[in-house]
Amino acid sequence: MSTRNSLLIAVSALALISAVAVAADGPNLGRVATPEEIAAWDISIGPDGVGLPPGSGTPKQGETVYLAKCIACHGERGAGKPNDQLVGGQGTLPGDKPPMKTVGSFWPYATTIFDYVRRAMPYNESKSLTNDEVYAVVAYILQLNGVVGENDTIDARTLPKVKMPNRDGFVTFARGK
Amino acid sequence: MATDRSSVHGSDLNTVAGNGLVHRRMFLMAGTAAAASIPSAALPNPAAADALQVEPWMKLPGSGFVGYGQPSKYEDKVVRTWNTAPGTIGTGTSRTPHHLLDGMITPNGLHFERHHSGIPDINPDTHRLLIHGLVKRPLIFTLETLARYPMESRIAFIECGGNGQLLYQKEPAQVGVQQIHGQVSCAEWTGVKLAVLLQEAGVDPKAKWILAEGADAAGMSRSIPMEKAMDDALVALYQNGEHVRPANGYPMRLLLPGYEGNMNVKWLRRIKATESPTMTKDETSKYTITLPDGKSLQFVLPQEGKSVITRPSPGLTMKEPGLYEISGLAWSGYGKINKVEVSADGGKSWAAAALQQPVLPKALTRFRMAWQWNGGPAILQSRATDDTGYVQPTREQMIAKRGTRTIFHSNAITTWSISDKGEVKHVYA
Repeated sequence: MSTRNSLLIAVSALALISAVAVAADGPNLGRVATPEEIAAWDISIGPDGVGLPPGSGTPKQGETVYLAKCIACHGERGAGKPNDQLVGGQGTLPGDKPPMKTVGSFWPYATTIFDYVRRAMPYNESKSLTNDEVYAVVAYILQLNGVVGENDTIDARTLPKVKMPNRDGFVTFARGK
Repeated sequence: MATDRSSVHGSDLNTVAGNGLVHRRMFLMAGTAAAASIPSAALPNPAAADALQVEPWMKLPGSGFVGYGQPSKYEDKVVRTWNTAPGTIGTGTSRTPHHLLDGMITPNGLHFERHHSGIPDINPDTHRLLIHGLVKRPLIFTLETLARYPMESRIAFIECGGNGQLLYQKEPAQVGVQQIHGQVSCAEWTGVKLAVLLQEAGVDPKAKWILAEGADAAGMSRSIPMEKAMDDALVALYQNGEHVRPANGYPMRLLLPGYEGNMNVKWLRRIKATESPTMTKDETSKYTITLPDGKSLQFVLPQEGKSVITRPSPGLTMKEPGLYEISGLAWSGYGKINKVEVSADGGKSWAAAALQQPVLPKALTRFRMAWQWNGGPAILQSRATDDTGYVQPTREQMIAKRGTRTIFHSNAITTWSISDKGEVKHVYA
């Protein structure tokens, strides 16, 4: 390419950049992501539940998933061993005995369970559960902890409304306090 | 070197604090007239020294070139140690052997690791970084495009929020600096300022946080204040001059100088601008400080001012009385280290250690103190002060404030006892 052409391109590129008011700080080499591309990757779910997928599950359905995929690491009915205990421990956070931190006693948001199970569990094949299976296993863990009833259905609408027992147990840190 | 005259014990002008802490000039003067003031036991006995040999390696050509050099075979004990979660090979923590290292930079192969689902085997050609959420233009970057951006280097420590957790135990764990404090390391990280990429994407003023997510099987993710993302955060591509190691996030990791290690997301694949924190597993159920009343402190972001003596320390037995250098590391996630004091008498008297240059903010700082060990019992401690005036607490002070219902953010003074046989043990003082 001739110098003249390069210059022309550079000049028109500059004009384009100023026309759309793109930040001039960087080289602007990122490609614009399409909504479809983002949807495939955007798996995080905050407390408001925005982005929760369609689907649903009940504790009973979740028990089936749990027995097949979770019990080996988390024990019967979430009792733990060899890995993290998921059930019990409510009331153990203050006091002299060691706190028993489980999903039921400690986790402040039910949406976090969905987010974490979907992205990271089961350990040996993460991201393999269907959305229905994730909702179901979340329902089962919540039911074992007495947070939802046996016949409750967990879905995008109900999950963000679940109030976890330790929801108000956190204080934002400030240095020196 | 600053000397608190009120803490000076003994009449020797070289003494700077109790139980043998001496001025560094003692090193410089050894072998000159000043050596006369050093007890004879401190001087090497020439009669005991081996006669000088002409070794085989002085007579034959050495070995040839290799593509990537390795340490001497005699250094095979200078390795990380690790613990894994039951049933896993790659979920857990490995620790830096600080007792066997010196300087402020951690070699890449010895940088501590914390993985939540092992080390992913990422093909750099297919790896992508997505920036989206509350932005005008969601963007996708390849490694190749990122490598064309202007880069910056920062020498920064990364410390796991759980480092030092053994100090919360009731009894002092009979282990050394690697097991207690090995989850901190320091490297020169080079990469692209995250602020530049966020500005290109056009962040909505409503976005006060970002979510950073890794490409590992656990999709490790954390929420980070936008202020930090716009301040000194880097998308790091290089670690001590070479591409970031797989165990430390290859091909790219987030570097948040001074912040809790877990937030420096490795294998970075996604940044989402959000109005408020996502409340991920690792910022709710982990990395929070549960207080005696059962409430938990959340978003404890910078690592506090801290120091530890790395030499002598457990596992390094002192063979004979004499002049030694006490050496250690100090750091603060809030800024620079201003002062490190050392005590050889369990905190009764202190002397300021020499801080080795460069002393950089949010980086490990090497401190050094000369010590004339008389062969008797000693209790060694170090105490850091950072440039915000924060003073590292004793273990008693830390526990009085925080209790023992957490394993996170332990930054108390660590104590080593030296026996009259020169054995070094972890104790509480």
